Amino acid sequence: MAELSISVTTKAASQIKAQLTKRSGSTPASGVRLGVKGGGCSGMSYVIEYCDQPRAKDKLFEVEGARVYVDPKSLIYLNGTTFDYVDTFQQKGFKFVNPQQKSECGCGESFSV
Amino acid sequence: MTALFEIAEPGNGRIKEACQTAAVGIDLGTTNSLVAIVLGDGRPQAVSIDEGSTLLPSVVHYGASGEPGSVIVGRAARRLAAQFPSDTIVSVKRFMGRGSADPETLRLSPYKFASGDSGSVVRFEVARGRKVNPVEVSAEILRALRSRAEERLGIKIQQAVITVPAYFDDAQRQATKEAGRLAGIEVLRLLNEPTAAALAYGLDKKSFGTFAVYDLGGGTFDISILKLVEGVFEVKAVGGDSALGGDDFDRALATLLLGHAARDPRSVRIAIDEAKAGKERLTTEAQTQVLGRTLTRAQLEEVIRPLIERTGPACRRALKDAGLTTNNKLDGVILVGGSTRVPAVRAFVRELFGLEPLADIDPDEVVALGAAVQADLLTSDSPQHDVLLLDVAPLSLGLETMGGLAEKLVQRNTTIPTNATQEFTTFADGQTGMDIHVVQGERELVQDCRSLARFTLGGIPPLPAGLARVAVTFQVDADGILSVTAREQLTGVSQSITVKPSHGLTDDEIERMLLSSIENAEADVQARMLIDNRVEAQRILKATETQLDANGDLLSNQERSTIEAGMADLRARMALTDHHAIKDAIDRLDHDSAEFAKRVMDRGIDRALKGRSVGEFEGEVGAHAAKAYSAHVEQTTLYEDK
Repeated sequence: MAELSISVTTKAASQIKAQLTKRSGSTPASGVRLGVKGGGCSGMSYVIEYCDQPRAKDKLFEVEGARVYVDPKSLIYLNGTTFDYVDTFQQKGFKFVNPQQKSECGCGESFSV
Repeated sequence: MTALFEIAEPGNGRIKEACQTAAVGIDLGTTNSLVAIVLGDGRPQAVSIDEGSTLLPSVVHYGASGEPGSVIVGRAARRLAAQFPSDTIVSVKRFMGRGSADPETLRLSPYKFASGDSGSVVRFEVARGRKVNPVEVSAEILRALRSRAEERLGIKIQQAVITVPAYFDDAQRQATKEAGRLAGIEVLRLLNEPTAAALAYGLDKKSFGTFAVYDLGGGTFDISILKLVEGVFEVKAVGGDSALGGDDFDRALATLLLGHAARDPRSVRIAIDEAKAGKERLTTEAQTQVLGRTLTRAQLEEVIRPLIERTGPACRRALKDAGLTTNNKLDGVILVGGSTRVPAVRAFVRELFGLEPLADIDPDEVVALGAAVQADLLTSDSPQHDVLLLDVAPLSLGLETMGGLAEKLVQRNTTIPTNATQEFTTFADGQTGMDIHVVQGERELVQDCRSLARFTLGGIPPLPAGLARVAVTFQVDADGILSVTAREQLTGVSQSITVKPSHGLTDDEIERMLLSSIENAEADVQARMLIDNRVEAQRILKATETQLDANGDLLSNQERSTIEAGMADLRARMALTDHHAIKDAIDRLDHDSAEFAKRVMDRGIDRALKGRSVGEFEGEVGAHAAKAYSAHVEQTTLYEDK
C-alpha cells in the first residue's frame, strides 16, 4: 500500500498552536488527534480531539510546529484529506476537505466514502 | 455545506451519548439463539441461559391454556415438540419475511398454517386457534434471551446488536428489527453473521490478511471473504444459500429413516429429532443406534454429501467476486456454525480451500461474541474500541427504466452504508409524473429481477421530453435497509420511500438470481441492446413526427417523402429481434433528417432573435438536437406515468 498521508494548511497549523497554548494542561508534546468514527447519519463522523499522549501506532504529521496525530485505521479514510481552518464573518472552525468523501448528511458532520 | 469542527477534549466527543444500561450481542439463530456481552475485562462472553447452556434452542411452544405464561421457549419447548408438533415452532427464522405462498411453507414441516390471508406473511395456527406470525415467534425468543440474561447478569438490557445471515434481504432484515422492537429491545444494528464472526476473531488475534468465513449453521449457509487491514474489516464478497444447513441434514436423514412409513406431523417430528441426535453422536462415534437401527458415519456422509457439496459453487463464486483467482491467496478459513463440527464438512472445507480451517472459538458462540463486541463498540466512547466495520450489499439495487430494463445504482458487493444518485429524464413531451420501480438483482431485465417497491413522483413541470431532470438517490444504511428518494431538480418536488416489501425472497431465490445472471449474461446483453434500440427508435419517431407537423413546410415534397420512407422502414424494423437492423434504420433516419433538423434550428434562432425566449425554442428542436440534449442528462428514460 502506498504511504498514506494528509496535509495540514498553514492556517490550521497556527490555529492548532494557538488553541494548544490557551488550553491548560498542554505539554510541549501535545497536539491534536484527527480521526474517523463510526456513527452519525451518513455512516462515519470526523473527530478532532486534543492529544497529550500519542499511541504507538499513531502517525504524526508535523506542520510548522503543530502536531497532528492520526491513528492508522482513520488514516485509511482520511488519506489525501486537507485539514483547514476557516475564519469568515459567518463561521469559523476546522474543516476536512476529503477527496474520498462521496456524500455527507445535511448537518455535514457525518459522511461516507 | 460542510460542518466546521472545534477541538474537543479527549473522550468528550459529542457523537454518542453516554449510556448506562448494557448492550448485548444476540445471535438469533435458526436452530439455537445466544446472547453475549462484553463485561469489565473487555472480553466478550456468552451468557448461560438455558439449563446451564449458552445455547437457547430457537423453539417456541404455545401452551393449551393460552395464558401469557403458557409460552415456553428453549429446551423445555423442544421437549414438547414431539407431543405437540403444530403448537411448537422450530426454526422459525426460516419463515422470517416470507409469504404464505412461498415454497418454504410447502416443505416437509409439521405446522398448520392459518389460511385466508393470501400473499401476506405466514401465520402459524397454534393451540386454541391462536395465530402467530414469525415476527411474534422470534420476539418470544428475544424476550426469553433478554429476561434470562438480565436475571443471570443482574443488569438491565435495553440495546442489542442482532445478527442476520449476510443473504437476508430487506424484508427479512425488517422482520428481524420488528421482532427486536416487539421484545422491547432497541436494535442498535443488524450485523451480518460472518462479519460478526470475523470481529470475534479479528479483535482477539489482530489478524491481517484475507479470510473466508464458512458458516454452516442449522438453517443457513453463508460464505464471506473478508479483508483485515490494520484492524479494519472489509467484507469483499458474500455468497451462500438462505435455505441450507444442519436442519437439512436432519431432514435428509429423517427421510431415510422414515422410509415408506406413514408420515403424520408427530412421526415426522420424532424422526427429525432422532436424526439430529444421531448425527451429533456420529461426530465422535463411528456408528450409533437411531430408531432401532444401526447407522454408520459413512451412511450419514452419503446422505448429506450432496447437501455439503451445494456449498462449493457459492464458495468459488465468492472467491471470484473478491478478486481471488486461486485459493492460496487466502490466509485462513474461519468455521462458524454447529454444522461445521460434522467431520465430513471440515474435510470438505479443507479440500475446497486447501487450508486447515480455524475453529479456535466455539463455532456456536463465535457470532454472538462478535455481536457483543460490536454492541460494545457502538455504545462506548473509548477510542481503543473504535473499529470500523464495513459490510456489503448482497445483490445489486436499481430501478426500472423505459422498456423494462434494470438500471443498477448500487452494484452488488458495494460496501455499505452507501449512497448513489443518478439523473433521469422524461420520455414524452409534457410528462408530469414518473413511476419509480425499485428492483433487486443481477439481471438486465426487470422481469428477471425482484421487485422491491414502486412509487410515483408527480408534479414534474410539463416540459419537452428529455428536459426535466429527476435525481434518484439510493441510500443503503448500515443495516442494509434501502431508502429511495426521487427529486425533480427544477421545482424541488420530491418523494421518497423506505423499502419494506410485504414478504421476503422465496426459497433459494437469491442463489438462483445470482446463478442465472451469470448463465444468462450473453442473452441479457442482447435483450438489453434490443430494448435500448427500440426505445430509441420510438423516441426518434415521435420527435420526427412532431417536427413534421410543426415545421413540415421547411421541406420539399421529395425531402419529406425520404424522411417518411425512413420512418416507415424504422417502424417496420422495430418488430425485429435483431438490434443491429433497428440501429441501422435509426442511423439512416438520423442522417436523412439532419438537414431538416438544421433548418428547424435556424428557424428557432430566427424566432429567438425576434424576441421569443430561448426556452421556448429549445423545446421545439428536432430529433437531432433532442438527442444532443439527453446526452448530457443521463441517457436513461423512466417509464411514462400512466
